[in-house]
Amino acid sequence: MAESKITPKVIPGELAVQGVSKSYGAIHFRKEVVHDCSFTIERAKLTVMVGPSGCGKSTLIRLLAGFEQPSAGTVTLDGAPITGPDRDRLVLFQETALFPWMTTWDNILYGPRARGQLTKEALEFGEFLLVKVGLQDFRDKYPGQLSGGMQRRAELARAMINNPKVMILDEPFRGLDAMTKELMWEYYSRLYEENRRTNFFVTTDIDEAVFLADRVLVMSNIPTQVRAVIDVDLPRPRKLSDLVESDRANDIKKQALSILHAEAMRSFSRGSKAAADFVEAYLKRASRA
Amino acid sequence: MKKMLSNPALWRGVVSIAVFLVLWEIGARSKQWMAPEFFAPFKEFLGAMGFKKDYLPWIGAVPAPSAVLDSWTAVFVDASYWQSWYMSFFRVMSGFIAAMLIGIPFGLSLAMSRVAHGIGFPVFEVLRPIPPLAWVPASIIFWPTQETAIAFITFLGAFYTIVINVLGGARSIDVRYFQAARSMGSSRWDIFRRVILPGTLPSIVVGSAVGMGITWEVVVAAEMISGGGSQIGGTRGGGLGFFIWLSYVGGSYEQIVVGMISIGIAGFVSSELLRWGGRYATPWLKAR
Ligand SMILES: Nc1ncnc2c1ncn2[C@@H]1O[C@H](COP(=O)(O)OP(=O)(O)OP(=O)(O)O)[C@@H](O)[C@H]1O
Ligand SMILES: [Mg+2]
Repeated sequence: MAESKITPKVIPGELAVQGVSKSYGAIHFRKEVVHDCSFTIERAKLTVMVGPSGCGKSTLIRLLAGFEQPSAGTVTLDGAPITGPDRDRLVLFQETALFPWMTTWDNILYGPRARGQLTKEALEFGEFLLVKVGLQDFRDKYPGQLSGGMQRRAELARAMINNPKVMILDEPFRGLDAMTKELMWEYYSRLYEENRRTNFFVTTDIDEAVFLADRVLVMSNIPTQVRAVIDVDLPRPRKLSDLVESDRANDIKKQALSILHAEAMRSFSRGSKAAADFVEAYLKRASRA
Repeated sequence: MKKMLSNPALWRGVVSIAVFLVLWEIGARSKQWMAPEFFAPFKEFLGAMGFKKDYLPWIGAVPAPSAVLDSWTAVFVDASYWQSWYMSFFRVMSGFIAAMLIGIPFGLSLAMSRVAHGIGFPVFEVLRPIPPLAWVPASIIFWPTQETAIAFITFLGAFYTIVINVLGGARSIDVRYFQAARSMGSSRWDIFRRVILPGTLPSIVVGSAVGMGITWEVVVAAEMISGGGSQIGGTRGGGLGFFIWLSYVGGSYEQIVVGMISIGIAGFVSSELLRWGGRYATPWLKAR
C-alpha cells in the first residue's frame, strides 16, 4: 500500500516507571501527589490509565513527558532515563494546544519546520496525515475555526508527523459531546490498529478505557499508585455495541469499577467531601451497569 | 461598494451623526428665539450662588454647526491649517513609532528574562505613574528644541501602555504552547519567533490602539502648553493643538470647534488605520 511507503519506520518505545514519587510545595506544605508508583507502558500496546479525577494522572504525564522530574524513583524510555521533553514522547494535553495563530497545515508541519527538516518526505507525510485525519478541507483554517473533534484530530496529526516512539494522551476527548466522543474513540482506535505504536492514554471514563485499551491501569486516589492491571483481551477491531453486549467487556468494567469504588470508600472513611461525591457518582454508575 | 451601502451599521452611523448635528444646530440657534427674560430667574439664582450674573452656560452660546462649517471652508484653503494637521500627525507618528520600536523589544525582554525584569521593571513602575504632561517643563529644559521635547512627551504617552500590554501578553501565553514547542524540538529562537511573538501580537495591537489614543491627547496638550513649537515655522508649525489655542486667543469660537473636530477626525483616522493593520497582523482572531 502507498501508506507504508509514506509512513516512516519507527521502532516503538517502552516506558518504565519505577518507584516514582512526586511532591509539590515547600517543607511544611508539602503535598505528595504520586507515591512509590511503578508500571510499564509496553511496547506497541495501547495502555489506558483510569483513575479518579485529581488523583495525579496529569502529574504522571508531566513526568513521562519530561516537563518535570520525579522527587524519587526513575522514569526510563527503553532503559534510558528521561531528562527533558523530546519528540520521542509527544503529549496531547487535556485542552487543545494547537497554536491559535497557525493554520491547520502550519500546525501539522510545526515539528519538522522547528527542526529544520521540512523535506519533501516530510511534506508528503504531512499531506498523508492531513487526509488521514480528514481535514484536507480545513488545511488553511485556524484552530478557532475547527470544532473540538477536528482540533483533536489536527493535534493527532501534528504529533504523528514527528514519529514519536510513544504517544501520550491526557484525557484528549474530555469536553467533547457524547456523539463526537464515540466517533473519536472509533477513529482513534482505527488509527492505533493501523500503526501499532506505543500509546499511553489517560482517562476518567471506564467505557473509554475498555473500548480502547490493550491494558488498563487502575489508579488509586491521591497520592496515586497502580491498584490493578487488567488485560483487555477483546478482539479488534472493536464495535461500540461490544461495550454493552459483550460479557467480557462488562466483566472488565465491573472489575475496574469495584477497585475505583473501594478507592473511593477508603478516602471516604478518611472523611473527604470530594470522595463522598465520588462514591455517590460511581455507585450510581455501577447500579446502571 | 454596493455591499457597503447596504450595510445597516453604516446607515446607523450616518443617522447617528445627522441627528447629533441637527440637535446641535437647534440648540445653538435657540438664542435667536429664546427671550433673554426667560433666563432672568436663572441668572438671579446663579448670581446668588456667586456666578457672574451676565453669564449662563447654555448651548445657545456655542456656535452652530453651520457657522462652524463656514469657518471651516474659510480655513480649508489656508495652508497653515493643513500645516497644523501635518505637524500634529508627524509628531504623533514619530512619538508613536518610537514607542513601538523601543517598547515592544523592552516589554518582550522584561517578559522573557528574569534578570531584565529584575533590573528594568522597578524603575519602569516608578516612572509610569507620572503623567506625560508632567514631563513637559522638564523635557522643554532638557531637549535642545521644542520639537524634540514634544516628540519625547508623545513617545512617553504611548510607551508605557505598549510595554505593559506586551509584558502582560507575553506572560499570559499558555505554558502548554511552550511545552508542545519544546517537545517537538524547537530551539529558543524558534520558540521566540513562532510562539512568543505571535502569541503576544494581539496584546501589541491592543496596546498600540490604546497608546495611539493617549498620543493624540498628549500631543494636543503639549502643543498648547509649549506654544506650538514656535521655533520651526512660527505660528504655522504649531499643530492642531496650537491651532485651537490661536483661535482662542483670536477670539474665534467657530475656529476652536473646527480645531476640535479636526482632532476628532485625525484620531479616528489613525485608530482606523491601526485597527486595519491589527486585523491584517492577526488574521486568526477574526477567523472565529
Ligand atoms: N504544580 C503543582 N503544584 C502543587 N500541586 C499540584 C501541582 N500540580 C498538581 N498538583 C496537585 O496534584 C493533584 C493532582 O493533579 P493532577 O492534575 O495530576 O490530577 P489529574 O489526575 O490529572 O486530575 P484530572 O482528572 O482532574 O485531570 C491535585 O490535587 C493538584 O492540586
Ligand atoms: Mg489531568
